[in-house]
Amino acid sequence: MNTDAPGEASDDDRLDVRLDDRAKRLLDAWRTPTGWRYWTAVNNSEVGLWYVVASFTFFLFGGILALLMRIQLALPDNDFLTADQYNQVFTMHGSVMMFLFAVPILEAISILLLPEMLGARDLPFPRLSAYGFWCFVIGGVFVCGSIFFGVAPEGGWFMYPPMTTEYQTGVGVDIWLLGLSFIEVASIAAAVELIVGVMKCRPPGMQLNLIPLYAWYILVVAVMILFAFPPLIAGDLLMELQRSLDWPFFDASRGGDPLLWQHLFWIFGHPEVYIVFLPSIALIAMIVPTFARTPMVGYGWIVLAAVGTGFLSFGLWVHHMFTTGLPAISIGIFSAASQAVAIPTGIQLFCFIATLLIGRVTKSVCLLFTLGGLATFIIGGLTGVMVAVAPFDYQAHDTYFIVGHLHYVLIGGTIFPIVAGVYYYYPAVTGKQLSEKLGRYAFWLMLVGFNVSFFPMHLSGLLGMPRRVYTYPAELGLGTLNLISTVGAFVLAIGFIVFLYDVLRSKKNQPLVPRNLWNAGTLEWLGEVPDKPWGVRSIPIVESRYPLWDQEDFVEDVDAGRFYLPDAEEGLRETLVTSVVDAKPIQCLRVPGPTFLTHFAAIFTGGVFILSTYHWYVAATISGVLAFITILVWLWTGTAPIPEKQEKDVGRGLTLPIYVSGSKAVGWWAMFITMLGDMTAFISLVFGYFFYWTAHDDFPPNGSSGPGWIWPSVAMLTMLLAYLATLAARRWNRQDHAVRFYGAIVCGVVLSIAGGLAVLYGPWTHQMDPTAHVYPAIVWVLAIWTALHVVLGVVMHLYCAARRAAGRMTARCDADIVNVTLYWHFLMLTTAITCLVIAGFPMVAK
Amino acid sequence: MLGDRRIPDGGEVMAMTETRNRDEIYKTDHVTSIWWIVAAPAVWAVHFLASYLTAAIFCAKFADSDRSAGEVQLAVMAYTVVAIMIIAGVGWSGRRRHRDGHDRSPHDGATAADLRRMIGLSTFLLSLLSAVATIFTALVFYFVGTCH
Repeated sequence: MNTDAPGEASDDDRLDVRLDDRAKRLLDAWRTPTGWRYWTAVNNSEVGLWYVVASFTFFLFGGILALLMRIQLALPDNDFLTADQYNQVFTMHGSVMMFLFAVPILEAISILLLPEMLGARDLPFPRLSAYGFWCFVIGGVFVCGSIFFGVAPEGGWFMYPPMTTEYQTGVGVDIWLLGLSFIEVASIAAAVELIVGVMKCRPPGMQLNLIPLYAWYILVVAVMILFAFPPLIAGDLLMELQRSLDWPFFDASRGGDPLLWQHLFWIFGHPEVYIVFLPSIALIAMIVPTFARTPMVGYGWIVLAAVGTGFLSFGLWVHHMFTTGLPAISIGIFSAASQAVAIPTGIQLFCFIATLLIGRVTKSVCLLFTLGGLATFIIGGLTGVMVAVAPFDYQAHDTYFIVGHLHYVLIGGTIFPIVAGVYYYYPAVTGKQLSEKLGRYAFWLMLVGFNVSFFPMHLSGLLGMPRRVYTYPAELGLGTLNLISTVGAFVLAIGFIVFLYDVLRSKKNQPLVPRNLWNAGTLEWLGEVPDKPWGVRSIPIVESRYPLWDQEDFVEDVDAGRFYLPDAEEGLRETLVTSVVDAKPIQCLRVPGPTFLTHFAAIFTGGVFILSTYHWYVAATISGVLAFITILVWLWTGTAPIPEKQEKDVGRGLTLPIYVSGSKAVGWWAMFITMLGDMTAFISLVFGYFFYWTAHDDFPPNGSSGPGWIWPSVAMLTMLLAYLATLAARRWNRQDHAVRFYGAIVCGVVLSIAGGLAVLYGPWTHQMDPTAHVYPAIVWVLAIWTALHVVLGVVMHLYCAARRAAGRMTARCDADIVNVTLYWHFLMLTTAITCLVIAGFPMVAK
Repeated sequence: MLGDRRIPDGGEVMAMTETRNRDEIYKTDHVTSIWWIVAAPAVWAVHFLASYLTAAIFCAKFADSDRSAGEVQLAVMAYTVVAIMIIAGVGWSGRRRHRDGHDRSPHDGATAADLRRMIGLSTFLLSLLSAVATIFTALVFYFVGTCH
C-alpha cells in the first residue's frame, strides 16, 4: 500500500521522458496560446493564476488604504486626511478587502487548484470562469479607480441608508452598488462553476467519502455564495431604484424602512464571513496532513463542521443588528445561533490539532502560518462569542473592540492560511520554492505586527473609541493605544513586503523543485515540474483519500497514460464527467478552448453597470444589447455542440457518451444552480414585501387598490399555459414531431408575451405610483422582476426553435430544450408567487 | 513514507480484495443520497425560520398591551417537538448506516459499503449538531416570554 516517494525522481529524468504520439496530441489540444493570444486562454491554470494575481493586487491596494487610516489615527487631532477622504478610505478599505480580495481569492485558488485536486483537465465551464475573471477585473478597477477622483463611496462597507440614500448625493454610492453588483455576478458565476466542478468532474472512483477535504469545503462555500449573494443583489437593486428613480424603499416618510437594508445586507454579510473563512480553513485541511505525514483525523467530523457551519452561518445575521431595537426574543434566537456556530468551528480546529499531535510533524513556513493563523483565529472567535452575547454587544457595538475582533477573525482565519497556502502551492504552480528563511522573517514580522496593531484596538474600543471617526481629541486618552496600533500596522506591512519580495524576486538561478516537493498525498501533486498544460497525463481511478500515498504505482500509471483519456484523437479538449455520489464515469465532456468572446461579454456587461452609474441610460442600454448578443453568440457557438459521433472510447475499454442531456449533464446542473441563486434574490424581494407588512401598520396603505386580482390572475393563467406549451415542446422535440414542436414554441411565445404584459398591466391600470409610497414600489418591483424573467423565457423559446431549425438540436441531442424547461419550472414558480403575493395578500391582510 | 501507517487487518484485506480489479470499483450499484447529509440542518433551518417569523409577526401584529408572548412559546414548543423528532429519526438512520457491518471509522475504503457508512456518519453527526442548535433556539423561548 505504499509507493516510492514520487519526489525522488530527478528533474532531468522527468524532462527527458519522450512524449509518445498520444501525449503529443493531448499536449496540442491543451496548448496554451502564445503571444498576445495568451490572454484568450480560458484554461483553469491561466485564468486561476490571473485571478490570484489580480486579487492580491487589490489586497495590496486595500492594505495601503489601511496604512493611510493608521497614519491619520496615529495622533489625536491629526489632519493627514480630511474627514471626507477618511470616509472614502475606510469605505474602500472594507469593500476592497471583502469584495475584491477575500471572496475572489477563494475563487481564484479554487479555479487554479480544484481541477488538479480532482484529477480533472479543467472545470466544466472554462469560458464562464474567464468571463467571471474579466468581469471582476473591470468592476474592481472601476470601483478602486473612483478614489483617485475623490468620488469614492463613503458610506462604509455596509452602506446603511438613510445616510446613503438621502445624505450622500454623489456617485460614490452608485459606484459601490453597481460596481460591486457586477462583481457579485462574477462571484455567482464562479460558484456555479465550482459546485458543478466538485459534484460532476471528479475522477472515477472518487466517491463522496474519498474527496479531498478542500473540495468539501469549496462545495459548501459555493452553495453559501449562491444563497448569500442574491439577497445583497436584491438590496442593491432596491437602493439603486431609490437613488435613481426615487422609489422609497428605505424612506420612512413614505412607508419605507432603512432596517430592510440591514436585513438584506447582513443575510449576505454574515455568511460572507464564513464564505471567506472556510476556504482558508480548507487550505489548512490540505496542508496539515502533508506536514503531519498522516491522513487527517476525523474526516467525517470535518464534513460535519463544514456543512454545519454553512447552515448555521445563515442564522446569525441579526447579531449585527442587536442595537436596532428588535424584540428580545428575536435577539435571543440570533444570539443562541451565534453561540451554536462556535461548535462546528471548534470541532474542525480540534481535528487539525489532533492530526498534528498524532503525526510526525516536519517544520516548515507553511505550518508556521497555519499555526499562527489558528491561534489568531481562536482569539477572534472567542471575542466573537463575547459579542454574540447581546448585553456585551450593546457596549461594544460600533467601537474599536469590533474592529479588533473582526481583524483577528479575518487575518487569522483567512489571510494567514492563504499565505500558508501560497508557500505550500507556489512550487506546484511555478516549479520553484519560496525561501524558508525569508518566510520565517515574514511570519514573525506579520504575527508580531498584527498583534501589536490589533490587540490594543480591543482596549481602545472598551475605553469608548467609536469606529469610523477620522480623528479623536487628545483628552480621551486614546493617543498611546492608537500610536501603538499604527506602529504595529507598519510592522505588519513590512512583513507583507518581505513576503511579496520573496514571491516576486527572480528565481532564474534557483533550481526546479522535485515533483511533489512536500510528499503530499493528494492529486494536485501529480503535476510534473515544469508542469504541462494538460492538467493530468491520464485521469486516474481513485481508491483512497491520499492516492499518492496509498495506491501502488499510481504516479507511474498516470504518467504512462494507463488510466482514462490519455489521448486526444480528435484534437479536442476533453475531461470526464462522473456521477455525483459514487463518481461513476458517465460522460466524456468536451470543453471549449481559447476565445475573445468572454472579453467582449465582460466589457459589454460591465458597460451596463458602469454607464448606469452616471445615469447614461441610453449608452447603458446599447451596452446591454451588445452584451446580450455576445452571450447569445457564445452560447450558440460554444455550448452543447452535437458531436460527430455519439460515443467514444476513453481508454481501458470504457466507452462513454459524448453528449448527454438532463440531470446527467453539467449544463443542466449549471442552470439549476443559477436558478437557485436567482430564486433566492426573488425571495429576498418577497421578504421585503412581507417585512414592510410586519413592520408597518399602513402596509398596504388604506385606500390603496393594489394591482387588483383580475390581471394577476390572467397573468398566472396565461403563464401556466405557456409553461405547459414548454413542456409539450420538450416532449415533441424528443418524439421528433417537428411541426408540433414549432407549434408549441409559437404558442409558448405568444402566451408568454401576453402573461408578461398582464403581470405589468395590473399595477399599471390601477395607477400605482411607485414614488408615492413603498407599497406600489414593491409591487412594481415584483411585477417587473417577473416580466423580465418572462422576456428571458421567450428568448429561450426562440433560441430552441432556432437551434432545431439550424440542426444544432435534435430529438436525441436536446440539452437546449431540456435546460430551457428547467428554467421554465423556476419561471412558473416565480410568476405564481408574484401573482399570489401582489393580488392575494392584500385581500388576506385587510 | 506512510507504509507504517497501519497494518491491514483481515477485514481490510477483504476490502482490498473486493477492489483488486480497479476498473470494477465504480460498477457499484448502490446509490445513497447526499440529501441525507443536509436533512437535519435543513430541519434546524426551518425550525429557526419558523420560530423567528412567528415571534416577529406575533410581536408586531398580535401582542397584547402587556407584551407577553405566551402563544409564541406554545407554538415554538410544538415546532421543537416536531423538529427534534425528525432530527432524531434522521440521526438514528445515519447512525445505523455508520455502524453497518464490522467496519470502524474512518470509512475511507473505495467500496459502496464505506461510502454508505461515511454518509451515515456525517448524517449522524450533523443531526447531533442540529439537535443542539434547535434546542438552543427553543431555550430562548423558554427563558424570554415577552416581546419587549
